[in-house]
Amino acid sequence: MEWFRKAKPGIDSQEKRNIPEGLWTKCNSCGEIIYTKKIEELLWVCPKCDYHFKYSSAKYIDLLLDDGKLEEFDKSLSSKDPLKFRDSKKYTDRLKQAQQKSGAVDAVIAGLGKIEGGEVSFAIMNFSFIGGSMGSVVGEKISRAIERSIDRNIPLIILSSSGGARMQEGILSLMQMAKTSSLLAIANKKKIPYISILTNPTTAGVMASYASLADVIIAEPKALLGFAGPRVIQQTIGQELPEGFQSSEFFMKKGFLDMIVSRKNLRHTIAGLLGHMRNKN
Amino acid sequence: MAERAHLDFERPITELEKKISDMKDFSVGESVELSGEIASLQKKLEKLRGDVYSKLTRWQKVQIARHPMRPYAMDYIRLLSEGFLELHGDRGYGDDKALVGGFARIGGKSLMIIGQQKGRDTKEKLIHNFGMMHPEGYRKALRLFYMAQKFKTPILILIDTPGAYPGIEAEERGQAEAIARNIREMAVLEVPIVVVIIGEGASGGALGIGLGDRIIMLEYSWYSVISPEGCAAILWRDAAKAPDAAEALKVTSQDVLELGIIDQIIPEPSGGAHNDPEKTAESMKIEILKSINELEKLSTEQLIEQRIKKYRIMGVFDE
Ligand SMILES: [Zn+2]
Repeated sequence: MEWFRKAKPGIDSQEKRNIPEGLWTKCNSCGEIIYTKKIEELLWVCPKCDYHFKYSSAKYIDLLLDDGKLEEFDKSLSSKDPLKFRDSKKYTDRLKQAQQKSGAVDAVIAGLGKIEGGEVSFAIMNFSFIGGSMGSVVGEKISRAIERSIDRNIPLIILSSSGGARMQEGILSLMQMAKTSSLLAIANKKKIPYISILTNPTTAGVMASYASLADVIIAEPKALLGFAGPRVIQQTIGQELPEGFQSSEFFMKKGFLDMIVSRKNLRHTIAGLLGHMRNKN
Repeated sequence: MAERAHLDFERPITELEKKISDMKDFSVGESVELSGEIASLQKKLEKLRGDVYSKLTRWQKVQIARHPMRPYAMDYIRLLSEGFLELHGDRGYGDDKALVGGFARIGGKSLMIIGQQKGRDTKEKLIHNFGMMHPEGYRKALRLFYMAQKFKTPILILIDTPGAYPGIEAEERGQAEAIARNIREMAVLEVPIVVVIIGEGASGGALGIGLGDRIIMLEYSWYSVISPEGCAAILWRDAAKAPDAAEALKVTSQDVLELGIIDQIIPEPSGGAHNDPEKTAESMKIEILKSINELEKLSTEQLIEQRIKKYRIMGVFDE
């Protein structure tokens, strides 16, 4: 629920810096100035400090799925405004702006693809759409992705990046955690292989539901993960947080991740895992 | 009558209560006949209470849910069950006192009761961490859920939390994982689960023990994706805008019922549960037993199928 928060100072303007107008790109983490064409080749990973820049859904699909192909499902699902929610802005206006800015209908894309020839049910979240927050549409599309994996008896792969539940849909958003997690209980009983990939940032309601419920949980390096946002924790305890707190590396050390995998090795690693995890029942 | 804690909008009510009680004391002490005056003041009091409580804003209802005198989980366990045998610990890390649980009987029926517990005074508040659970609390609950399943004991859950604890150790021990696992496992538990939100139902902290076959709210409890203060701090950039956030989030029992998330509201006595804990517990007992009796008629397969279907249809979108 901390979707507005900046993972690192200056991440806000990152999108602008990523636009090819700049011949050079400055790393958000270490400040290194990198030739943009070079960092593009490196899949937007800093060669000096391994910082993983934001990567678009289209690029991930290209990177992870055979021939970069996803047969998209439930494309037309769009958010309503059941609470008639309004803060400084109307929720309906916020939605429109997010749609115009991102060109996406909501914060997740889902469908069928292949990884080294094997079919998978794939879903990918988009942080740039209202902080990747989970409202009814995200919950429903994730639920259908889980159901597709059960119906076709194929692996489920979800790549998350989200600040949590979408406050503007109130309690309905909270219930998406229950909806998706209870379908994962069925998938689990039916021995559907499930790999969850956590990218920067994945927190709160998404982390406390489907993102944490996979057989294998992989994180990209240096992602911000966790339940509560760092700012909330800082306010609660009234002191500075330790360096590296709630990073991928922190949660790896604490035993909550299976592996930390660099972007360039993601596809290869997933394919290797699926080779062992195909449902043999 | 002792001076008791009250909320701002309760002030005229407590003042009138005090006046009546003073008059009663006086009439006894001085042997003066004041029964007529007292009766008319009593009538006035009831009307005033009715007026105040029928016009409450959402934020005021949140205040009642947090009333310093509101009954907590252990109060209800004492009032509506017999022979509570408290069980402790998650068998891995520790015993989270923000969560109480154990076997008890209600109307002779054996139940597993789990509840989030707050403290009444400062010392108790700290012991129970203000009802904010750590991962070991969620894991203790899960251990007791599995035990209930093993002995085919229906589960009653009493929810009252301002949220899961947002702290360093909670993150270190996997707050998100603990909550996620509970939600998933509760979906397929083979015994009936009745959930009653008795005070505050904040976010994942509540849902982490909150999935069930019947979800019931006490009239002046609230249930939301985030606390009004948390939402105000993020969207209004000002926690003081919590009253606005409570309105926008639609957090009251009536709102949540209208959104189709809960099954039932249990009305509270005039002035809220704290004005008559016994009566509140009695209403709860009746509804809890009714729900459990209905749910026990289902086969295990039907029970789980209905539970998952209940959540499957939640959400509002265009297609
Ligand atoms: Zn760098």
